[in-house]
Amino acid sequence: MAETGFLKPGTPAPAFTLHTTADQTVSLSDFRGHPVILAFYPADWSPVCGDQMAVYNEILPEFRKHRAVLLGISVDGVWCHDAFAQSRRLHFPLLADFEPKGAVARLYGAYRPKDGTSERALFVIDGDGVIRWSYLSPIGINPGADGILEALESLQSAPSPTSTQQRA
Amino acid sequence: MAHGQSRVSRLVLPVAGRDHVLGLANAPAVLVEYGDFECPYCGMAYPVVNEVRRRLGRQLRFAFRHFPLAEIHPRAQPAAEAAEAAGAQGKFWEMHDLLYENQAALADPDLRRYAGTLGLDITRFVNELAGGTWESRVREDFMSGVRSGVNGTPTFFVNGARHDGSWDADSLIEALMAPSRAGV
Repeated sequence: MAETGFLKPGTPAPAFTLHTTADQTVSLSDFRGHPVILAFYPADWSPVCGDQMAVYNEILPEFRKHRAVLLGISVDGVWCHDAFAQSRRLHFPLLADFEPKGAVARLYGAYRPKDGTSERALFVIDGDGVIRWSYLSPIGINPGADGILEALESLQSAPSPTSTQQRA
Repeated sequence: MAHGQSRVSRLVLPVAGRDHVLGLANAPAVLVEYGDFECPYCGMAYPVVNEVRRRLGRQLRFAFRHFPLAEIHPRAQPAAEAAEAAGAQGKFWEMHDLLYENQAALADPDLRRYAGTLGLDITRFVNELAGGTWESRVREDFMSGVRSGVNGTPTFFVNGARHDGSWDADSLIEALMAPSRAGV
């Protein structure tokens, strides 16, 4: 599969459908009209308790103030996600980019072929399905939520680039 | 809009009168910890911070702010409020220390017992915890951490910038004393 570069603001967000549980799937298009925070992370069970997903879990009320939906995504399978989400008491979906492995991460230019995992990468996608902010974090550093919240705030003050036809 | 790898998370709420602070106001180095009293990693950081304070002495100002991860640590929020309630009676740091030294015992009776050990007005302490007097103060700390890029517990800010390196005493001291950063 061809590798794309890391997707930048102004790019239409590539569509995807992934399993979130054994019998449920989630599609990006399900959330049209709502901002979506797509948080790629390398793996469930990172060896710290106050990790990135646990921190975002605590910040969900702030995301909801912006009517935003948070989706975690890694190459782990649904049963692994299920155990991880229960252990961390996560209240948002974890998507399994499991088969073909990392396909969605590759679409967003956020795959690490050498490690077989996604990058630690954040995308804020507006209600029209356009990427409005993206951030590729150094793999060992959990990005906080400050950039996400700033991006959500600027969404409210600026219309989507596609709806105004200002982007080439 | 910021994107790419150049983003540096910075403390959006400077250390000020609202904070619980140890050390001199004009100390050249400022260390801020966002911590959770039930988090084992914060428990490990507690003696490390003490060592850093001891070694830097008058050169360091240290502030502690609350970042309770309530979903995974159900006693973190009450413990944070207990520290604030103790602070209202002039014993924040004494309670902070007791909580970190007794992380496995943070139930309500334990918190009352620590209040007794510190000689606090127990009725006032219990009423303030039951009434949620300090809930918004803890939330204020938490949100200032969110806006500053706190990404786990503990998260340290060294002279206003998030410290992404390891937090053993030598590493913290090296960062605190780095000439480009001192005094920021």
